[in-house]
Amino acid sequence: MEPTLKFFSGFAPNDLWFMGDAALRTLWISVLSISLGTVLGTLFGWMLYEGRRAATLTLAPVLDVFRSVPLIIQLVLFYNFAPIVGLNLDPFASGTVILTVYTAALVANVARGGIEAVGAPMRRAARSLGMSYWQDLRHVVLPIGGRAVFPSWVGVALGVMKDSALVSVLGYVELLKASQILITRTQEPFLILALAGAFYFALSYPVSRYATHLENRWAQ
Amino acid sequence: MFDYNFHWRPVMKSLPDLLEAASLTLQVAVLAMVLGIVIGLCLALARLHLRGPVYWFATAWVELARNTPALFQLFFFGFGLGAFGLHLSPYLIVLAGLTFNCAGYLAENFRGGFKAVPETQIRASRSLGMTPWQAYSRVVIPQVFRIVYHPITNQMVWAVLMSSLGMLVGFRELSGETQFFASRTFRIFEYFAVTAVIYYAIVKVILLSSRLMAARLFRY
Repeated sequence: MEPTLKFFSGFAPNDLWFMGDAALRTLWISVLSISLGTVLGTLFGWMLYEGRRAATLTLAPVLDVFRSVPLIIQLVLFYNFAPIVGLNLDPFASGTVILTVYTAALVANVARGGIEAVGAPMRRAARSLGMSYWQDLRHVVLPIGGRAVFPSWVGVALGVMKDSALVSVLGYVELLKASQILITRTQEPFLILALAGAFYFALSYPVSRYATHLENRWAQ
Repeated sequence: MFDYNFHWRPVMKSLPDLLEAASLTLQVAVLAMVLGIVIGLCLALARLHLRGPVYWFATAWVELARNTPALFQLFFFGFGLGAFGLHLSPYLIVLAGLTFNCAGYLAENFRGGFKAVPETQIRASRSLGMTPWQAYSRVVIPQVFRIVYHPITNQMVWAVLMSSLGMLVGFRELSGETQFFASRTFRIFEYFAVTAVIYYAIVKVILLSSRLMAARLFRY
């Protein structure tokens, strides 16, 4: 037996499982916060549109803060603020909360743009056909405005998916954190980073291409 | 109200250091933007007018920059290049990562801007006796500049926000400096709250000065 002690060990097949697991966690936190954030953001967008002055004075500046402060600072701040008000949140919960609010702040603008994209004459036509306000929103504004801003929503969603890598500062082991851990152990940074990058790319590239394709088709 | 005593004094004491770090943040962001604009312009023109390897290189750059997390790009310049024995200083890692990212995003904006100027204008100016260089610098570029002005402003804001990732590669710009002080005093919340305010102020100043400049530049 070799009497040497090996400090580093090479990249082993079960490290792939470790990375796959981490990739699933990236996916899970992204999907969760994008869906919650989209619902919340659409609500905010509607409030910004309908609430006119009241919303412009109260809601808009608050949402603006989330767009003007780096996400990483928001995460650290919230993670350390939660215990002060007596909440005990694990990194996953804190990350989800902040990513959700961050998504909502971005989606709010998109959603407002979508509502504005539906012309007033069309909405008046819907109302004069006897539709209620909510029917008009559900059957006229949602399909038409939603289609107009769908590409920008995809952009926001992909952005949040990529930004979910930042939750690693709180200690949540998502894909990039897992890669970092493996790099420290195996000392094979290039291979591992290439794998992690390929995963993000494989997720983001087809979706963004598909969104561009839809945008071009709908533009005609 | 809370079972927690806020200690703001250590933060106020190190405020000069934080502001100095903020100027470093601004410096690296501006430098990355200047480089990013130059490279982005080259990438956009390469994707519009060239074929073959240069086209593919430019396309690969743009798609990689846009479809992978910024943090991944920083890690790549940090650890990834280490695999080839190339060790950059934290400053260079952040600068290279930001430049790579900004160039990719700006290239797409520039490409859209160039596409928006009809080709007949170039032919018209050529037939008026302008050289190709004159046609570009006097006819095309001023129009493109107007189109990409707001995207450039947005990208500048993103560059400032993204530079906060320097914290994770050991670069002591505003976020890194904040983390350094926070971990020394354990006043994490207080420090990061002040840093968030500084970032917010920087972003607002950028947006305001951009708007003032636009009012002067695009008067007619």
